Amino acid sequence: MSLESAAIATASVSRSNAPSKMTGEDVCVFYGAKQALFDVNLKIEQFNVTSLIGPSGCGKSTFLRSLNRMNDTIEGCRVTGKINLDEDDIYDPSIDVVELRARVGMVFQKPNPFPKSIYENVAYGPRIHGIARNKADLDEIVHSSLRRAGLWNEVKDRLLEPGTGLSGGQQQRLCIARAIATKPEVLLMDEPCSALDPIATAVIEELIDELRENFTIVIVTHSMQQAARVSQKTAFFHLGKLIEEGKTEDIFTNPRNRQTQDYITGRIG
Amino acid sequence: MSVGWIVAIVLGIGAVAYFFAAQRARAQREGIDRSKQVPHSLPTYHGWLAFILAAIPALLFFLVFSLLSNALIQNRISNEVATHIGDPAAASLSIGIVHNVATALGKLGLSGDNLPGSYAALRDAASSSGVALADSGEDYMVPLAAGVNADSNGYRFIGQGLALLFSLAGAVFAYSRIRIRLRARNQVERVVLWSLLGASTVAILTTVGIVLSMLGETIHFFSDVNPLTFFFGTVWDPRFADAGSGATNGQFGLIPLLAGTLYIALVSMLFAVPVGLMAAVYMGEYASNRVRSTVKPLLELLAGIPTIVYGIFAVVTLGPFFRDLSAALAGGFAFIQAQSVFTAGIVMGVMLIPVVSSLSDDVITAVPRAMRDGSLALGATRSETIRKVILPAALPGIVGALLLTASRAIGETMIVVLAAGVAARLSVNPFEAMTTITVKIVNQLTGDLEFNSPQTLVAFALGLTLFALTLGMNVYALYIVRKYREQYE
Amino acid sequence: MTDAALPHAAAETAAPVRRDFGLKRRHAAEARFRFYGIAAITIGLAFLAILLISIFSKGYTAFVQTSITVPVEFSAQIIDKDDKRATDPKVLVSANYPVIARNALAKALGVDPADKKAMKEISNFVSDGSRSLLRDIVASDPSVIGTTRNVTLLAAADIDSANKGQIDLNVPEAKRKVSDQQLAWLNQLKAAGQVSTPFNWGLLTFGASSRPETAGLGVALVGSLYMMAIVLLCALPIGVAASIYLEEFAKKNRFTDFIEVNINNLAAVPSIVYGLLGLAVFINFFGMPRSAPLVGGFVLTLMTLPTIIIATRAALRSVPPSIRSAALGIGASKMQMVFDHVLPLATPGILTGTIIGLARALGETAPLLLIGMVAFVADRPATPLDPATALPVQIYMWANEAERAFVERTSGAIIVLLVFLALMNLAAILLRRRFERRW
Repeated sequence: MSLESAAIATASVSRSNAPSKMTGEDVCVFYGAKQALFDVNLKIEQFNVTSLIGPSGCGKSTFLRSLNRMNDTIEGCRVTGKINLDEDDIYDPSIDVVELRARVGMVFQKPNPFPKSIYENVAYGPRIHGIARNKADLDEIVHSSLRRAGLWNEVKDRLLEPGTGLSGGQQQRLCIARAIATKPEVLLMDEPCSALDPIATAVIEELIDELRENFTIVIVTHSMQQAARVSQKTAFFHLGKLIEEGKTEDIFTNPRNRQTQDYITGRIG
Repeated sequence: MSVGWIVAIVLGIGAVAYFFAAQRARAQREGIDRSKQVPHSLPTYHGWLAFILAAIPALLFFLVFSLLSNALIQNRISNEVATHIGDPAAASLSIGIVHNVATALGKLGLSGDNLPGSYAALRDAASSSGVALADSGEDYMVPLAAGVNADSNGYRFIGQGLALLFSLAGAVFAYSRIRIRLRARNQVERVVLWSLLGASTVAILTTVGIVLSMLGETIHFFSDVNPLTFFFGTVWDPRFADAGSGATNGQFGLIPLLAGTLYIALVSMLFAVPVGLMAAVYMGEYASNRVRSTVKPLLELLAGIPTIVYGIFAVVTLGPFFRDLSAALAGGFAFIQAQSVFTAGIVMGVMLIPVVSSLSDDVITAVPRAMRDGSLALGATRSETIRKVILPAALPGIVGALLLTASRAIGETMIVVLAAGVAARLSVNPFEAMTTITVKIVNQLTGDLEFNSPQTLVAFALGLTLFALTLGMNVYALYIVRKYREQYE
Repeated sequence: MTDAALPHAAAETAAPVRRDFGLKRRHAAEARFRFYGIAAITIGLAFLAILLISIFSKGYTAFVQTSITVPVEFSAQIIDKDDKRATDPKVLVSANYPVIARNALAKALGVDPADKKAMKEISNFVSDGSRSLLRDIVASDPSVIGTTRNVTLLAAADIDSANKGQIDLNVPEAKRKVSDQQLAWLNQLKAAGQVSTPFNWGLLTFGASSRPETAGLGVALVGSLYMMAIVLLCALPIGVAASIYLEEFAKKNRFTDFIEVNINNLAAVPSIVYGLLGLAVFINFFGMPRSAPLVGGFVLTLMTLPTIIIATRAALRSVPPSIRSAALGIGASKMQMVFDHVLPLATPGILTGTIIGLARALGETAPLLLIGMVAFVADRPATPLDPATALPVQIYMWANEAERAFVERTSGAIIVLLVFLALMNLAAILLRRRFERRW
């Protein structure tokens, strides 16, 4: 436990009273007739890492995917309640989902680079959103994104080789580079390390902490240790309900709810 | 201006609109502070939107207008012809002549003022400049045709002018609408989506086209021939009577054709099913990978050979061979005719071997491994497992596959055209020639023919029968196969 | 089995239970079953072999053509007796060229031109195509008139057969198509080195002809080429668009189901029905010309469409969902996702399916018969609206000709068709091998 508390100590330089970037009010999600999420109310603070934890099937991924409307791609999925990004209701019909996803980027569980070159992988987002004004601009965005994702030194000599040829951890960092290349405001990560080995995981976790400087990050994780290491805020989900949320150190050292206690001591999971 | 030119000009306007719209969108992008305002769509989408607005409404209008004006002209011709001729059959001939006259006038550059006074005069003038006209035209047709030409010129002028106007208006409208926040991409994508949807309705339109066209001609046919004598008649003798001689139309009995079709299909299935099924079983359950990977593609080659080749094989090689063989066996009397149900059936059977084997292969591999293992673990031999466990489990699927194969056999044309013969008779001897529905469709519709006689229309009635027969089998077979698959999924 | 019976049974079965009852019989049944399987495969392969061997053995001779090279005197006396060619070019077209060919041959064989009977046999010795051959020589260069040149003439079909050893010499002369005299001449020319058997380019270039030696697949090849181009241009975009809609955008509802049922059924509709559709809709209703490759192309398009749609949907389905989420996750619209990522990855599969569909369309005969592509077309079509035939239809037409030499041409044409099909299938296989991606 000592290692974990040390990690908490380093990672939890939470910005006190950080303004909230996204808020969910009474969010319910239905898959057909089945309700997967019940009245979730959650504030996501700017430039902090918020981790969503809970046992499998608790709705944490569902909530994450409703933050950039990736749920739209599932047939029969319906969201009620309100989710705001700054002042905009993201489910408002006037919102273009494509613009929303450019502002709220996403990194997936399994690394999923396009079967194209490393350069093309990162350049795709800026290109479709018209972020770069010219080729030099685009080069600069690609390079800086790769640098920020901590991948630059490993790939700078082979930008034109396929992204699928990288190792698993490198692929995931490539996906992070790809996501931040569109300059999103919020970055959603759906168990980004679950397919990686411990060393690659450590690299990604370090990266997440650095990215916090410029991005608001929401991460779904299975591992409580990871949540403790990387996040400032933690929300615990169980059976589709948000049970408890708060500062990560509070949740892990001093949970108020009995179910949360059970979970972090390993009784549900 | 011809249609091609109008389309080209409209597309050209669209291209210019694309260029300027994209240019304008780009300029607007440059001029904004991105921290306050985010542009919505890339300049290329603004360009495409302008192209779409400039081209598509104009072209759609042009299409509708052309069809409409064409219909108006047709209407005028048939109305005026009807005042001169009462009999509808003769009228349709006259309408054709009027069209030809109109074309001829156009080619000769004749219109209102310098019209020839009579049809005969026009005909002479036309033939001297190499345009042939029918003998049976009448004088009233000349001014009518000239009027039709004037009409169609007028319509064309209006239609083309409006189309160009629409195109320009669309381009200007699109250009003036360009704003930073205009959702050009969404609008372009909506148009693309509608065209994707349109493409997928082609399948429906094809089915509708098949049913409607054949139904129309069939109803036409049944106005001449009693449906009962068609469906239950046992004599097929569609004599070509001389037009207008009032002679009998001949007899159109479906039964001999249907019997021949089913008989040949039966023979081919009797040959193809055991061979194809056993081949599939052997390759799936016994053959080593190496054998399978060479034998399977070779057998599938049989499926890739065009049916005309099978037909020729039957006529040139197999038919004579069977005939000579039977002659040798029977001491000189060739009891197998060169064209026979037997020959056609065998050759069609060869064609069907890969069909049966690949369909049943799919079905057999869908049987779960666990069933196979369960039987083998009880000490059953492989063949016992196949015969007592796998084949019964796969039976519904195999039945479906066989139905699909049978529908192929019934609809097959070229093999029977060449190998089965043209004699429509009822016979139980497989060594004699019989004929099929498809053969008769080909017979009735090839060569010089005039439409609207029962001799040609009967082909559509036959086609509709064939379509209904195969459709029923296919729908039922696909249903069985789907049910079967769901069972093991 | 009751409890009471147990001890009794135990006492009696001290010896091991026999389990091999009927084992021999069962093994025999197994062997028999295997044999049936092998027999089935053998039958299939045997028919394949017989079919191919019978066609190749009958057809390979069609690829060479007996030709006779003789010095031809372009006599001004015969071509342009009154020396009017400067004023009336028609003279050169209507001149009596067969006489020139006959005279040239007579001279080479040393036959007296006064011998009417011999001269008649000589005219039957070379192809009637000599007329147009010599005419074209003169028309392209009128200065040959009055000179003597070596010209290679096509032998008549019967002489060609004789030269290829296809005429049975045991048949009495009167019943043969080639007389002993003609055979003697053939040998005489052969001895003089004037008979050659070059590759038969005419088979691939000539149009329809009632003379086998000048009948070729030229019109059919061009017609088939036009139709394949039309099928490719129509069926590929429509098929891909329809598949994208059904696979990526369509919601599951009645309408989508209805489209699916339609596609599956259209794939199994007999091809001749498409011919009826083409005749009724394209020709009768829309008034398109008969015998035109355009109409044939449309009919084959409708026929090929289900094949392409089914293949394309399978290819789209094989692109993993992770690629789709990746694109959507960085804010690509669904359309961008499909056209930037899914479609490129599915392309090899789509092209493979398309080539296979095209190959099927290339070999299709029945629907083309109904839209009048069984026509005697001597000149190659300049546009898809001109009358033409198609490769398989040409085969069908030749198969109905009675002359011996057409049998050879029929099989030769089948070889050409099979070569094209083999090349297309090979391309499909290579494409699949080269670009197949395992996820």
